[in-house]
Amino acid sequence: MDLSASLIPGPDYMGLTATIILWPLGTALFLLLFGKRLSTFKVGGREIPWAGVIAVLTLLRSFVAAVAMFVDIVGVELAEGAVGHGGANVENARTFTVHMFDWMQVGGFAVGADFLIDQLSVVLALVVTGVGTLIALYSIGYMHHDPRFHRYFAYLSLFASAMLMLIFGDNLLVTFVGWEGVGLCSYLLIGFWFERPAAATAAKKAFIVNRIGDFSFLLGMFLLVAAVGSLKIEDINAAASGGQISGGIATIAALLLFGGAVGKSAQIPLYVWLPDAMEGPTPASALIHAATMVTAGVYMVARMGPVFLASEGDLALTVVAWVGALTALWAALIACTEYDIKRVLAYSTVSQLGYMFLANGLGAFSGGIFHLITHAFFKALMFMGAGSVMHALANETDMRKMGGLRKVMPITGATFLLGWLAISGIVPFAGFWSKDAILAAAWEQGEYALWGIGLFTALLTAYYMSRLYLRVFEGPLKHDPDVHPHESPWTMWVPLAVLGGLSVVGGAINLPWDLRLEHFLTPVLGEFEVPHGATAWILAGVALCVAVSGIALARFLFLTQRGAELRARLVTGSWLDKLLTASRNKFKVDEVYEATIQRPGHRFAMFSAYKVDAKGIDGVVNGAGALVAWLSDGVRRLQSGYVRNYAALFLLGVVVLLSALILRVGPLG
Amino acid sequence: MSEVPPGFYLALAGLMFTIGAVGALVRRNAIVIFMFVELMLNAVNLAFVTFARMRGNLDGQVLVFFVLVVAAAEVVVGLAIIVSIFRRRASADVDDVNLLKW
Repeated sequence: MDLSASLIPGPDYMGLTATIILWPLGTALFLLLFGKRLSTFKVGGREIPWAGVIAVLTLLRSFVAAVAMFVDIVGVELAEGAVGHGGANVENARTFTVHMFDWMQVGGFAVGADFLIDQLSVVLALVVTGVGTLIALYSIGYMHHDPRFHRYFAYLSLFASAMLMLIFGDNLLVTFVGWEGVGLCSYLLIGFWFERPAAATAAKKAFIVNRIGDFSFLLGMFLLVAAVGSLKIEDINAAASGGQISGGIATIAALLLFGGAVGKSAQIPLYVWLPDAMEGPTPASALIHAATMVTAGVYMVARMGPVFLASEGDLALTVVAWVGALTALWAALIACTEYDIKRVLAYSTVSQLGYMFLANGLGAFSGGIFHLITHAFFKALMFMGAGSVMHALANETDMRKMGGLRKVMPITGATFLLGWLAISGIVPFAGFWSKDAILAAAWEQGEYALWGIGLFTALLTAYYMSRLYLRVFEGPLKHDPDVHPHESPWTMWVPLAVLGGLSVVGGAINLPWDLRLEHFLTPVLGEFEVPHGATAWILAGVALCVAVSGIALARFLFLTQRGAELRARLVTGSWLDKLLTASRNKFKVDEVYEATIQRPGHRFAMFSAYKVDAKGIDGVVNGAGALVAWLSDGVRRLQSGYVRNYAALFLLGVVVLLSALILRVGPLG
Repeated sequence: MSEVPPGFYLALAGLMFTIGAVGALVRRNAIVIFMFVELMLNAVNLAFVTFARMRGNLDGQVLVFFVLVVAAAEVVVGLAIIVSIFRRRASADVDDVNLLKW
């Protein structure tokens, strides 16, 4: 396509895209090569390493570029009735393609290093760079004692670059490069403290589980290339909504793509890597395993919406919705009994991602993206709050050893409170609006079972987050006697404060009565039906009541004397106790995977290594050698060293050859 | 006086070759073996010349010259080796020279 036509009279999208994606990449390379030599400088008696400052400034630069891009896009006049996902034939005037270079050309099949700039990608770029900047700033405080400080920031920058490439990818291959890039960075950051065996194992687990999903994603891409002949998202979506690919193919392709999303976004059955990923540094968990990377699957499903919508009998969407809803419930159940604060947050992330997939599965793609954004705010906030607690308590993560910390860490406590209210779904915090939008969409479509699961999960969410917050920050002060809890430095609490503010007002981007975000995204993601009038109010009221009861239940159980007695009496025998024990054991999913996949795989590997390889293959090779050795052992006796023996054999040979010649050819002459 | 038939020459050549071969195999003295080898070469030469005569062309005779030249060269090298072995071991017995074996 003609590049200049799409760029003129618009602003320099090529330059902006390059800035957003390539600056973090350049910073990552620079820090990897020279980071060790960078020194530190002092601000207010505190050592601040240059490596961190460079990374923060780079991400800030990307953020500013993303803001500029956003402003430009908003400035573009939109034609009347532009609805995405094949809803209308009006062109989305806010779509721009940036062609960097031709990547490969095989026959008629071409893939370019192309980047797609539209409402969806810009909004997500804002989230990634914005939250990323805050988390990088926080990391300066959190990681300042680490000997591999520069490497951490190199990985963080590399992650930002890969994530942005994923978001801006104009074809699935560019997206896939980013997809693998974030997987790599996730691996590197989970295993950042690779001296600890748990961290190294968790990193491998995350990588391998993601591999399963990535394989599915690849298969989906192959199928789409075969069916559509192009990897351009635009072409695929047009073909899907235009009916050029059959419903059956679309179903398989959608489910294969969803398989990739299941791996990356930690859904049933591939969610098991995310809780273990908490072995990594906490800010990395906040950025990668809460705010951005794990939402890549949600983004991808929303982006490829038409393929899912083209599925035969809505099968693909139904699968997405049910997997999302069940994951939300499942992870919430586990989160209710987890004692490790980071793991509670991890299961909570899995659960909230389930909500996003529920929204996607209902066709309410912008609802999923809305929850993605608000979740990025409050979950990053809570992860960093947990990091702040760990920082103060010498890396303690067991909430049973904490209590009343708000008295010694007022800012962390207050901001965590905001995040807690946001995720619990208390009005008017951000999480209330986005969760309500998803539940309302489920109700409106008559999916009452999904709505019920979502609502019950909301109850559990309010309960386990309250349990976390109340045990850690409220009640009497409690911590190990040999640590001295203290508020974190400004580099850490400033991001907390900013995200705390966003957790409060973040819902304003898509209030039910003006739906600004949804309308902004409609040209890309299409519309979905939401209830109006009394139904909407009643649904919101029900959700609010459920959230309040969850909080009240947790408050009763963990802050009152009678609650404590009740908990003490619950310990033996009852069905609830059994459920709690099962939940505490994480429903033994890891054990089941170990028994059904890991151990047979291990046995197969051992069989291959020690039987097939050592005995079979090596046996053939060694056997050939042994045979030759055995034969030559017999034959070498001929080499007697006596020259007359040789002469006799020589003569014998001549006689044999001549006789053969005569017998075959006949007598000479 | 009638000509000697070629078969006689060939029989003589065969006899000479057999004597040479058996002698080369049964004797131990390197010099004697050498002489038997020469006997075999000359038996072959006689056969070649006879064949040339029987076929009426010179191919066999030409080959004989080659054999003579090669035999002369071989004698030079072979005798040198035998002399050198004899100098080291004070013996020309080929069964004493059996180091090069398995």
